[in-house]
Amino acid sequence: MSDNKKWIDTSISRRGLLKSGSMAMGGLLATSMFPGRVLAADGSPLGNYPAGVAKDSCFIGLGCESTGPYSAQGTDMLKGFQLAIEHLNSGNELVRAISPDSKKGILGKRIEYGNVDTASKPDLAIQGMTRFINQDKAIMTAGSVSSAVAIACEKLAQREKVIYLAGISGSNETTGADCQRYGFRSCIFGYTASKALLPVLRDEIGKDKKVAYLIPDYTYGHTVRDSMKEFTQQIGWSAATEQLSPLGTSDFSSYLLNAAASGADVFVNICFGADAVNSIKQAKNFGILDKMTMVIPYMTPFLAKEVGPEIMQGIYCVTDFWWTMEEKNDLAKSFVSQFEKKNGYKPEWGAEAAYLQMAMYAEACERAGTFRPEEVIKAYEAGKQLDTMLGKVHMRANDHQLVHDVPIIRGKKPSEMRSDDDYFDLVSLTPGDDVMPPPDLLGCKLGSYT
Amino acid sequence: MFTDFINSLPPWGLVEAQMFNGLQQGMLLALISTGLTIVYGTLGVLNVAHGALYTLGAYAGFVAYQATGSFVLAIGAGALGTLVIGLVIERGIIRYYYKRPDEDQIIVTFGLGIIIVESIRAFFGGTSQNMPTPGWGQGASQLGFLQYPFPLYKIETIALSAIILLIFYLVLYRTRLGLVVRAGIEDSGMVSLLGINVFRAFFVVFAIGAMAAGLAGVINAPITAPTPDGGEKFLVFSFVVVVLGGVGSFPGAIVGGLIAGEIMTLTSLFYPSLSEVMLYVAMALILIFRPRGLFGQAGRV
Repeated sequence: MSDNKKWIDTSISRRGLLKSGSMAMGGLLATSMFPGRVLAADGSPLGNYPAGVAKDSCFIGLGCESTGPYSAQGTDMLKGFQLAIEHLNSGNELVRAISPDSKKGILGKRIEYGNVDTASKPDLAIQGMTRFINQDKAIMTAGSVSSAVAIACEKLAQREKVIYLAGISGSNETTGADCQRYGFRSCIFGYTASKALLPVLRDEIGKDKKVAYLIPDYTYGHTVRDSMKEFTQQIGWSAATEQLSPLGTSDFSSYLLNAAASGADVFVNICFGADAVNSIKQAKNFGILDKMTMVIPYMTPFLAKEVGPEIMQGIYCVTDFWWTMEEKNDLAKSFVSQFEKKNGYKPEWGAEAAYLQMAMYAEACERAGTFRPEEVIKAYEAGKQLDTMLGKVHMRANDHQLVHDVPIIRGKKPSEMRSDDDYFDLVSLTPGDDVMPPPDLLGCKLGSYT
Repeated sequence: MFTDFINSLPPWGLVEAQMFNGLQQGMLLALISTGLTIVYGTLGVLNVAHGALYTLGAYAGFVAYQATGSFVLAIGAGALGTLVIGLVIERGIIRYYYKRPDEDQIIVTFGLGIIIVESIRAFFGGTSQNMPTPGWGQGASQLGFLQYPFPLYKIETIALSAIILLIFYLVLYRTRLGLVVRAGIEDSGMVSLLGINVFRAFFVVFAIGAMAAGLAGVINAPITAPTPDGGEKFLVFSFVVVVLGGVGSFPGAIVGGLIAGEIMTLTSLFYPSLSEVMLYVAMALILIFRPRGLFGQAGRV
């Protein structure tokens, strides 16, 4: 991490140089081409405003991984962004249901985008995003599956004054200790997931259990573990062992042996992406799933497809979106069918988070009437309630965390599946307001607007 | 005081189980690493595409398994597939690089690795593939001495890896081809003067090296689901193993693999989060105190 920080620091000083130059250039160009526009009542230059919206299009920089342990989730996420951008540019009904003032594009400007494969590595993400901000004059940046990447991008966003929207990020710190004025998160995280899961664990598994934790060794894993421990303490659960594994582990056998020997009743598996797939398959082979009840507090998209319904049956997971939510929500239905038509499979959480974040950004810009980030952020912070495929949602002003209902799902028996994608029952939708942390619990201090 | 210390130690049964687990992981690492080390030892080429060949083997096996449902055929396909690709790569590209600087060899094999991995990703996508455990590897066993059940298939991979390593040993140390190859490692100029086409032997060596990675990939596929990036970690591990055992040394790769396996599993008993880190610590220590590795010859680092 220290290396990354150093990298950001040097890039910023270099950026400082570039900025003054490019500002002058952009300003010159813009004033000569659109004399009235730059000096309009929108306010002073801020970040890539107005340079990034001087033409009839705007550029958005994405950081969805297509390699590494989270590549499947990142690829799904990129497809969600692509669909949202296509919908915004064409004025599709679905996106206009979330952002009613939208016509075509955002504030009439067509959206263009670039994506950098971050491989879930913060340094690669910062390199790519810096390039988007400096060279492409990105007006907004978004996307990531790793919380380490999300937090690094948020910090960059704050320094560069270019809004960043996290993709999938489970760490409490993304909108907690590391929250930023320029960062926004839509999806569930350690605290909300654990709190939503608690009643189910109490009723279905019972009180006073010993738990073996398998934890990816970075901010996401640490904070999800902390939240799980904190909440399950209330029902008398205690940790028998905590096995920390590096991101991208392929053979989990030594951790699993320790877990098997711990005498635990419950196996809480926090691993995500390919790590989740490997650890679950191997846990099955070590007989752990026969002896312990597995709980997945942060469900990996595509997990059921990859490990098979035989293993997933009866297992409780918390997720951000599962496609059968379409039975309760028309927007979800439209989203699932349009996504499936374009991509040939049902969207998962990554695609949902991407689409929602993109549509909400458009909504905030339309309501602010400008791309200037200060006004856009204040539009978000007004906390307007929106209709989305997750039901009614609103953004919290104090930590930029979206409040929405949290779905809990349970793996179906193979014999009960009605179609090839019908892996989970939707057990409950926990109201979002009930599971959010108290406003100052996680230590969020948003930075300045300018 | 002393009893507190004793009580804080992991139970002996678990230590035993982890040592056995280290043997399993070590044998697999040994198998992958022999491929890397014999190619470097004979041809002087550091094959950075070795991890990609591991992935290729896993996918070749997966495709064969999908088509036939036979795990034995899957292993055959993994071995044959990487053997053939190895021959093609050697004839098509690598042979033009034998006399070029190390950096060129590293860059060309690095590029080859990217091409292989991205081709696999373009064709199969990024999600991991589900390679089931073969019927004869289902379930777990305690082998009469372990206190915890150990997956039967993992036990069988120890035997499988051992058999393959034994075959490699016999080829390298008990055949004429092996003699030429080993002599070629020492002094390829002198072997050529004896009227032996040493490069023809080398061409086979490269393919065998590729096959070792492919075999490891397909054997490991039911344990670690095949993904396009699956080989990356094994490339790094095999570098460590080769440095530990001594660059270019066949027995070194085996001993290095076993040591690496034991370091990772035994460290996990005390500090699970450090088990991989300790591997790199061991490598650093070896590089400081015995740069040639345990079995390596001086001057070949």
